[in-house]
Amino acid sequence: MENIASLMHGFGVALTMHHVLLMMLGVLLGILVGVLPGLGAPNGVTLLMPLTFSMDPISAIILLTSMYWGALFGGSTTSILFNIPGEPSSVATTFDGHPMAKQGRATEALTYAFLSAGFGALVGVVLITVLSSWVAKFALRFSSPEFFAVYFLAFASFIGLGGSSPFKTVISIMLGFAFTAVGMDTVSGSLRLTYGIDELIRGISFLVAVIGLFGIGELLLTMEEGLRFDGVKARVSPRKVFATLLTLPRYWLTLLRSAAIGCWMGITPGGPTAASFMSYGLAKRFARRRDGFGKGREEGVIAPETADHAAGSSAILPMLALGIPGSATAAVMMGGLMIWGLTPGPMLFIEQKDFVWGLIASMYLGNVVAVVLVLATVPLFAAILRVPFAIIGPVILVICVSGAYTVAGASFDLWLVLIFGVVGYVFKKLDYPIAPMVLAMVLGDKAEDAFRQSAIMSGGDLSIFWSNGLVATIMALGVLLLVWPLLSLIVQRLRPSRDVGATTA
Amino acid sequence: MMMKKALMAATALVAALGISAAEAAWKPSKPVEFVVTSGPGGGTDQFARTVQAIITKHNLLDQPVVVVNKGGGSGAEGFVYGKTAAGEPHKVIFATNNEWLLPLVAKLAFKPDDLTPVAAMAVDEFLLWVPGDSPHQDAKSFIEAAKAAPGKMKIGGSQSKDTDHILVKQIEKAAGIKVTYVPFKSGGEAATQLAGGHVDANTNNPAENLGQWKAGGVRPLCVFAPDRMAKGEPVVDGKGWADIPTCKEAGVPLEHYQMPRTVFLPGDVPQEAVAFYVDLLKQVREKPEWQEYITRTSQSNRFFAGEDFQTFIRNNEDEGRAVIAAEGWLVN
Repeated sequence: MENIASLMHGFGVALTMHHVLLMMLGVLLGILVGVLPGLGAPNGVTLLMPLTFSMDPISAIILLTSMYWGALFGGSTTSILFNIPGEPSSVATTFDGHPMAKQGRATEALTYAFLSAGFGALVGVVLITVLSSWVAKFALRFSSPEFFAVYFLAFASFIGLGGSSPFKTVISIMLGFAFTAVGMDTVSGSLRLTYGIDELIRGISFLVAVIGLFGIGELLLTMEEGLRFDGVKARVSPRKVFATLLTLPRYWLTLLRSAAIGCWMGITPGGPTAASFMSYGLAKRFARRRDGFGKGREEGVIAPETADHAAGSSAILPMLALGIPGSATAAVMMGGLMIWGLTPGPMLFIEQKDFVWGLIASMYLGNVVAVVLVLATVPLFAAILRVPFAIIGPVILVICVSGAYTVAGASFDLWLVLIFGVVGYVFKKLDYPIAPMVLAMVLGDKAEDAFRQSAIMSGGDLSIFWSNGLVATIMALGVLLLVWPLLSLIVQRLRPSRDVGATTA
Repeated sequence: MMMKKALMAATALVAALGISAAEAAWKPSKPVEFVVTSGPGGGTDQFARTVQAIITKHNLLDQPVVVVNKGGGSGAEGFVYGKTAAGEPHKVIFATNNEWLLPLVAKLAFKPDDLTPVAAMAVDEFLLWVPGDSPHQDAKSFIEAAKAAPGKMKIGGSQSKDTDHILVKQIEKAAGIKVTYVPFKSGGEAATQLAGGHVDANTNNPAENLGQWKAGGVRPLCVFAPDRMAKGEPVVDGKGWADIPTCKEAGVPLEHYQMPRTVFLPGDVPQEAVAFYVDLLKQVREKPEWQEYITRTSQSNRFFAGEDFQTFIRNNEDEGRAVIAAEGWLVN
């Protein structure tokens, strides 16, 4: 109850005209950087940071976090409309969001995405409000074995989902691991797979790969097959937004499950990208009808978006309480905290009550502001699909290429994005799933580091992954999810066979 | 026609003036880029951004300053970038001693001589930390426990074959012990792992562990410096940085281990440009915000430039090279 009182105090701090205006400004800027792939939230926040040095810390963090929310929303927009994830965490949204847009249901897809994202974010903030002290202590129990178990769980929940052959999935995932191994290795401190090419020292950027695989890959396919957007026929009206809004409660189970996954991944900290993949995987696995996933199922948009935002907002907690950023953007903001003269750590909650609770209150307000603003833009964005492909196609290509360049400001990445575009095209033609490769690129090196750190700690003894209740539970869950497809396969063999539906992703 | 001629004459005059000014003293003629050899939020990043903030606030430069992060490959990305910018004095590289240590352990298309040293603006201290509930009250008891169980004590740090790892190897040698080093991604991660009791000690810089020390999650045993640290505000229970004994006092004969915050220019830049930046950085460190940064991060406010800085680099590299060679990490 003490937390509630603090929160009310926080609302007092955050609800001034000045701060609400900053929130709106932040959200709008965020939507802008989120819509432009490659720019993304981390870069946007970095660019804005020098402006905040002259502000007081509360105004500064309100501006930056609002921008973060805006960017997360903006990232979903391009995923759905053009199959280009503006943010790494909105990759999973493309799987069903883009097919929906192609079928002329862009308004619905965008509305579902924004509403479920807003819901996820609110659940994340409520969690922070109620459990702040407990969560900080809980997170301290996580060490390398626990982290590995969390990543293992994320992999396990996603594996066996591809409709294509398991061998193709294995090849895709292995390629992903190989790509993520490029560059400096944390555990050995040596360079790997760089072949003396200087540009490879920083590793292969996940974002560049994703922009190529999805954005350019899709563009190539569209050119070959001719544009089949039905968007022209679709009527874009604000009323449609409201009609969609009313159907949302139908998906309460997906919403709740995804929010729980998001909060868990935000706190542990697996990060929003892992959360959205895991949530998508589980939504498909536990859906009553599994067909239609990857072809424009509503749950396929709701699940990753809810988890993404629940993780994004709950990741703020470990950042404040432990000084461990749960996402790339959180890392940038943490640097800001220190420049404003605040030390992240357990004492922040006690010494800087105004700051912490003002921030938490601003997260409630900022997300409400963000949802209202982005919903208002839905008809506008959906209308973009009416523009003929001859115009929008080159624009998409420009966005992809400039987005890839912005990631690290390196011209080498321009070649990389084109190569990945061709890879994406070939993968789709040969029916190789892209999603496992992307997941391996996101979590591969983290999982590897955690595994090898654990092995160093235990002197090479694998029993460290069962050494306490926490890690054993997560591992057991992971193993269960891993063998689930086998179990259901056996069950299916015993019954007359049924089409399981393919993932085109 | 007249107008055009007059304009040309004026341009020529300005150009002439510009050239004569450049001969006297170099000045940036376009926006200056600060290249940070760490990711956003890291120690080097804060260093560069603090300098940027001071320059901007006090109008020390006529040109705007842009900060870019090139922290890939433990900073190698930024160094290679600096190398390819040879002759371009509008790019300033911010680093630590990784500028000369990294090329020893990783095969890079970059040698320390490829950049022009400008100055070191502060040195960061290293301390030996244990969890708040550790049975060890001083460094002596910690070392004895480590001696009793060779290889069992786990010390966490940031990265592999990097400053923390080299320090741990030096501790092993100086104290005659054997421990297990666990490399994490960052000092922040090493701090949390220590507070959670997952490792037995770490060798973090003051700022990296400050938050957890305040909360009682971790406790300093000793500092690897010739003298105790500067007195400041008490941190916890009336104890402050100056109350921490040096490791030498505490029985670990290791007193010179510090990480400098360094500034470099690309190779082949005019001597005047180097002088310009040395002067600029001197102005920066006279501002109250710089003192604030030094106090907040508990670093030592030291300034090396020119020959002093060269000597510092040589000594630091020799010490580092000795450990790196003994461990078999040398790549060239």
